[in-house]
Amino acid sequence: MVKEEKEIANRPDNTAFTQQRLPAWQPMLSAGIVIPGFVLIGLAFIGIGVALFVTSRSITVLEIDYTGIEKDSACFKCSNADVKNCVCNLVFSIDSLFEGPVFFYYGLSNYFQNYRKYAASRDDEQLSGDLDAFTAPSDSCSPYDYNSNDQPIVPCGAIANSMFNDTFVLYRVVNGANKLVPLDGKGIAWWTDYNVKFRNPSVTPLKNAFNNTVKPIFWPKPAYQLDASDPANNGFINQDFLVWMRRAALPDFRKLYRRITDGEYAKGLPAGNYSLTIAYNYPVESFDGRKKVVFSNVSWMGGKNEFLGIAYLVVGSLCVLMSIVMLIVYAKFKFPEED
Amino acid sequence: MFRKRPPPEEERKVRANDREYNEKFQYASNCIMTSKYNIVTFLPVNLFEQFQEVANTYFLFLLILQLIPQISSLSWFTTIVPLALVLSITAVKDATDDYFRHKSDSQVNNRQSQVLIRGSLQNEKWMNVRVGDIIKLENNQFVAADLLLLSSSEPHGLCYIETAELDGESNMKVRQSVSVTSELGDQNNLASFDGEVVCEPPNNKLDRFCGTLYWRDKKYTLSNQNMLLRGCVLRNTEACYGLVIFAGPDTKLMQNSGRTKFKRTSIDRLMNTLVLWIFGFLVCMGVILAVGNAVWEREVGFLFQSYLPWDPPVDNFLFSAFLSFWSYVIILNTVVPISLYVSVEVIRLGHSYFINWDRQMFCSQCNTPAEARTTTLNEELGQVEYIFSDKTGTLTQNIMSFNKCSINGQTYGEGSDPLGPQPKRLDFTPFNPLADPDFCFYDDTLLEAVKVGDTHTHKFFRLLSLCHTVMSEEKSEGELLYKAQSPDEGALVTAARNFGFVFRSRTPGTITTTEMGRSVTYTLLAILDFNNIRKRMSVIVRNSEGRICLYCKGADTVLLERLHPCNQELMNITSDHLNEYAADGLRTLALAYRDLSEDEWDAWSERHRSAAKAASCREDRLAAAYEQIEQDMVLLGATAIEDKLQEGVPETIAVLSLANIKIWVLTGDKQETAVNIGYSCKMLTDDMTEVFIISGHTVQSVRQELRRARDRMIEMSRTRDGKEEGVEGCFMGNGFREGQGDSRGGEKQLQCPPPPPSNLMDNISGEFALVINGHSLAHALEADMETEFVSTACACKAVICCRVTPLQKAQVVEMIKKHKKAVTLAIGDGANDVSMIKSAHIGVGISGQEGIQAVLASDYSFSQFRFLQRLLLVHGRWSYLRMCRFLCYFFYKNFAFTMVHFWFGFYCGFSAQTVYDQYFITLYNIVYTSLPVLAMGIFDQDVPDQRSLEYPKLYEPGQLNLLFNKREFFICIAQGIYTSVVLFFVPCAILSDATQSTGVPLADYQTFAVTTATALVIVVSVQIALDTGFWTVINHVFVWGSLGLYFSIMLALQSQTLFGIFPNQFHFVGSAQSTLLQPVVWLTIALATAICIVPVLAFRFLKVDLKPQLSDTVRYTQLVRQKKRKPAGRSVGGAWRGVGSVSEGRLGARGSSRRSGYAFAHTEGFGELITSGKNMRLSSLAMATFASRHSSSWIDTLRRKKHSHTNTPPSASGESSPAPSCVSGSIPPLSNSSSVLCGSQDAPIEEETGAAPDTQTASTSSTQNLPAPAPASEAADGSAQTLNAGVLTPAALRSQGGDSPGGWTISLGAVQEALLRWKGRASASNSPVKLAE
Repeated sequence: MVKEEKEIANRPDNTAFTQQRLPAWQPMLSAGIVIPGFVLIGLAFIGIGVALFVTSRSITVLEIDYTGIEKDSACFKCSNADVKNCVCNLVFSIDSLFEGPVFFYYGLSNYFQNYRKYAASRDDEQLSGDLDAFTAPSDSCSPYDYNSNDQPIVPCGAIANSMFNDTFVLYRVVNGANKLVPLDGKGIAWWTDYNVKFRNPSVTPLKNAFNNTVKPIFWPKPAYQLDASDPANNGFINQDFLVWMRRAALPDFRKLYRRITDGEYAKGLPAGNYSLTIAYNYPVESFDGRKKVVFSNVSWMGGKNEFLGIAYLVVGSLCVLMSIVMLIVYAKFKFPEED
Repeated sequence: MFRKRPPPEEERKVRANDREYNEKFQYASNCIMTSKYNIVTFLPVNLFEQFQEVANTYFLFLLILQLIPQISSLSWFTTIVPLALVLSITAVKDATDDYFRHKSDSQVNNRQSQVLIRGSLQNEKWMNVRVGDIIKLENNQFVAADLLLLSSSEPHGLCYIETAELDGESNMKVRQSVSVTSELGDQNNLASFDGEVVCEPPNNKLDRFCGTLYWRDKKYTLSNQNMLLRGCVLRNTEACYGLVIFAGPDTKLMQNSGRTKFKRTSIDRLMNTLVLWIFGFLVCMGVILAVGNAVWEREVGFLFQSYLPWDPPVDNFLFSAFLSFWSYVIILNTVVPISLYVSVEVIRLGHSYFINWDRQMFCSQCNTPAEARTTTLNEELGQVEYIFSDKTGTLTQNIMSFNKCSINGQTYGEGSDPLGPQPKRLDFTPFNPLADPDFCFYDDTLLEAVKVGDTHTHKFFRLLSLCHTVMSEEKSEGELLYKAQSPDEGALVTAARNFGFVFRSRTPGTITTTEMGRSVTYTLLAILDFNNIRKRMSVIVRNSEGRICLYCKGADTVLLERLHPCNQELMNITSDHLNEYAADGLRTLALAYRDLSEDEWDAWSERHRSAAKAASCREDRLAAAYEQIEQDMVLLGATAIEDKLQEGVPETIAVLSLANIKIWVLTGDKQETAVNIGYSCKMLTDDMTEVFIISGHTVQSVRQELRRARDRMIEMSRTRDGKEEGVEGCFMGNGFREGQGDSRGGEKQLQCPPPPPSNLMDNISGEFALVINGHSLAHALEADMETEFVSTACACKAVICCRVTPLQKAQVVEMIKKHKKAVTLAIGDGANDVSMIKSAHIGVGISGQEGIQAVLASDYSFSQFRFLQRLLLVHGRWSYLRMCRFLCYFFYKNFAFTMVHFWFGFYCGFSAQTVYDQYFITLYNIVYTSLPVLAMGIFDQDVPDQRSLEYPKLYEPGQLNLLFNKREFFICIAQGIYTSVVLFFVPCAILSDATQSTGVPLADYQTFAVTTATALVIVVSVQIALDTGFWTVINHVFVWGSLGLYFSIMLALQSQTLFGIFPNQFHFVGSAQSTLLQPVVWLTIALATAICIVPVLAFRFLKVDLKPQLSDTVRYTQLVRQKKRKPAGRSVGGAWRGVGSVSEGRLGARGSSRRSGYAFAHTEGFGELITSGKNMRLSSLAMATFASRHSSSWIDTLRRKKHSHTNTPPSASGESSPAPSCVSGSIPPLSNSSSVLCGSQDAPIEEETGAAPDTQTASTSSTQNLPAPAPASEAADGSAQTLNAGVLTPAALRSQGGDSPGGWTISLGAVQEALLRWKGRASASNSPVKLAE
């Protein structure tokens, strides 16, 4: 009896787990699954691809480079960095109704917002309104943490310092007269950026929070004076500032500048001539950069994106093709049936 | 570790009972410590050890790099989190291991022993025993330290010890104290004993001790014979006293337990190479990107300084490139993630647990489960090519059972016919109250014969009850306990006991037996002891009527030639029986007696006495004397003892050899025994074309024999190759010869040997076997002959090395490791196998036996040899498969993950900007992707376990290293790189222009990072789903769980709450929410996934379709079967069929010519011990009459003999008995030369074969049947197998043909009988064979 008990103690448990007999699903890549599967995937992709392609086709995009490198460019005179407060006028025409809502972007090329040092050169504590970080910016902001007089820079860092500062005013040319097209600058930043990530210090007036700090070196005005027209749009929650601070992944990028949603332009930009007045402040020629403005409307899937539709079509067709190849191969070298 | 080490000892001085004196020398106490750490030292020592691992140091180095702000492209925690995790897991494991070591140490240290302190015995813990103490040991107690035996309760200061734990030998050994101390007797005298021992310093030589005892101004030499070593167990001795010489760590046991060599698997080594390559690759990537950085900084970055000035230390692009290199080393380091090493360990641990848990590897008899003692070798179990097996205790149980006997021409004991009904086991108790209840015998006719009073039968058993050196112990009336030197003898005496001839007791001069219930006392006149040359032992006894009789038992080869000529007829019959027994793999002995007249005895005893007293050549003169009297004997019969195989050994060997694993038996046993076992476990079969025996004593002869064997093999295989088309012709030739019926056939046969067995399997796996003797092996292992030996031996299907020393076992293993680059496995049970177990890639110990040395040295242990097939074919195969799949996937997923950074480098100014969030980088390997691949690595199965046993061929991919090698590795990383390209460029192309539906561009860095990361996680999850072949619940939970975990962790890390607390740490706040709501993002992910997975899917499908692996086929078949719901019908492929036929084919093998030349296995010397009476109790000694006949100490004699044996092998250990296919020919059986050259005698024997008319008949009858192969249907297959077994190979014929004078008679009767029986069966079964006849 004792021996038996001992035996039970040593004998491994007879469970499905310990004996590696867990019930299991053992899928096999059999022809009955793979070939129809490929056909299905292929058809689905082709379907999506067609939809995407068609949708993308319906989207209008207007892109104008205004760097002013070319001599005939309207902004050629401004491309020289020595010229201060240069303003140039870009005139363009729209043939048919530019369906709304129209989005107004500015774009930069050859601009490395994704450079590691650049990307790290910010102080999120400062930007979230932490007053301690106002007086002592993080090391990561270096060399834009303190100015030559050892005063803390707010907002510190290379990103903030290099904020895009061209401004645009769009006029519709109606009968020779420039009619201002109202641009909506609200809500162009991410909700979380505006509401969570960037906070102004809870000091009123805002200006007081910036005591004993200096504005970023390249900035003409301090942060609390970014938007003269709207006092609420100042400090770190200035929409343009937020858009700039959300850095781009690739060296060619565009950023939302304004929406054209107001009044008569809610349906879109009517056909006709337009004039874009640009306050040309942002030098890019030193690093062969390009600046452009982009007008675009969107669909359910966002902006124009021909690549997506084509890619889907190609992958879908390849799947279908592959299924045919596999069917032929399968028929020819049939898997050896039993024995 | 940090203890101060005393200077090495040169000489040890120990004074008994004088602790003050001994303390001067600071000898180690008896406290042992095998543990490595204590609470204080654990952390520093363990960390120090862990950082000796290259990988850990590497990651530490990375961590340091990351702390340099100019370089750090990643936060320090991306490295420190996994590193800390790894270090702590390992530390916990080490700590638990050490805890158990502490526990077992303290258990051993706290064992009680009785120490003589100030004249009284006191119980002390082992750890408190000091050098110089005198301790008392009682029966069955472990020896606490290395002791000098002072006195014992037994006469002459003798005591018996069992050294199983020390050297694995389970037989008892005798130790004797120095005579002066043995007289001390009781403890009062011992308490005043103040002798001083001066001896050698502690060492690890188990069989050597030299020292001197100084006592009362006299010197006494001490040897190993006076020592009791720690680890031994006292047996059959009531009590003894010993003086502690070496204690604790100084004992020979502890000195021998060196730290075991750390074994690595070939996958490990490959992995290390690959990791090195990857480091090289990493450096290349780093260099490329650094060059890129230099160019970029010069061309672009320099100009970009208006927005981003260079860091102060960076003053030119070259320095920037230098820093960028290190930055990239940091971010690309995840190609070799730290979790690789942890995961591999975890998987192996899991596999080890599965081995431990396997009920099918649990032995209920000995209540031992299998145990994976090393957790790092599992996958190598799936790659084994060579198995080196011990014989005794591994293949065999080391249990001898009296199985059959032949008495006066009548054979008893029914063969264990597996088909017939299990015969009833005889119950001896009503007939004989003294019977041993454990004894099994099934033939009641023998019992009847005894009951009827058949004289021969009575004489037979009387002989068995008298002629032996067994000691008996009778605790109470009728409760007999035999202490036999060899298990064979024990079996024989026990047999006699059960059949009514009970050996009761002996004194030096008498043997008392109970014959058929009547007590009889014989006067023991002489014991003519056994030795290797004589191969027989005799006793001369005088019975109560005063008649003197010599009883002799011995190897048939030597005994049959010493018979009286009138025995011829009986001898022939008995010889047939012997053949039969031998064919069954039984160990046979022939028995004979001779009546002596008083005069003969007087004359001989005089001669014997003078021989015994002779100063010179005592051995030879004694042998001559023995030879003189052992003549003209009358044959009584023969016994057959079954050396019981472990359960399932032949089947296991068959399956393993079908799996292309070569099995070598390395045994210390004699050639005959080894060959016998080779046959009984089907390693050697009668189907074999030839069994080569290498037994040369010189380098030249060994080389010659090896060459000849190889030439022969080449010749044979050439003829075989040519036969593919020439089979027909060959048969015709045979048929023609039959018609001629003359002697030329023999010669012809050389050119046209019998066809190979019809089974294709056998044809592939060669039909040669090699048997090599220890002394030849010594030459074969010499450097210049090694290659020759390896090439010859490896061409053979089976190799048996006999009479090998433990060292040679290890050398053989090393040799194969060196020359074949194959994975080797050694399996054994005894301490003599330890060296082999340690040097093989994988060591397996048979547990549940007495000795545990082998198990302690082993990597795996279980209690039955047959579990080996499950360990290799199931667990090993699975482990290998899982590990390979794991590694492939692991490298793939990390390349896919990491290389994205490389592509991104071209777009971010080579600034070492990561693509992903740093938390994603930290968690990717340890959280998001670790569990599914671990689940696959632990649970995956391609085919179920029973299929791997059914189709041993499934094992082959492992041996050929097919599943994970450099090629597979490159495929994996190519796939990984392809995936990384897709994962970077697809989002890059799509997102650069894409916007949200609110018009906000999607090309911001964080959206890009989240999209890529999500696509990556999804792609690798789909990939693991494809790779997983066995979806258990756990796999489902892990795969889906990981995906879920990814999303939830990402949402959590990018939540507002966390950002609110640490705004500087969680930059990605809100990215997930905002990104994952975009349909474009999901379309991107779907597209990337499709582009990554679809080609893989198509490729896999086509591969299975066009080039299916066996496992695919098996799986597919299984699937089809399941669908059809049909019971398992015929199997695919011939593999399993082959197994079946192996066992079937052996049924008809009775006609074998093999003869057992086996003589019993015990060593000589015990006869002298008995007659000298030294091992008798004093009471019995008192009535001894022959007590002082031998004046010389028997121990000295014994030692001398042993010495001469080991030093002069050719003359002493010579074995002349023939082996299969080898005829002793003209060599006299007592010849000293054992060089029975099989090969060298080929030619003459061949002729002889042809000349022997009987043989010709046999061969004709076999040739008649030859056209049978190529069975048309499966039904005929079985019978064809039987036929093959019946067909005699030239080898078999040869050995029959050789008619040696040494009683090596041909028993063609048996052959013919077998053939006839076969014919009967063949014609009965409706097979093509009948047509052929």
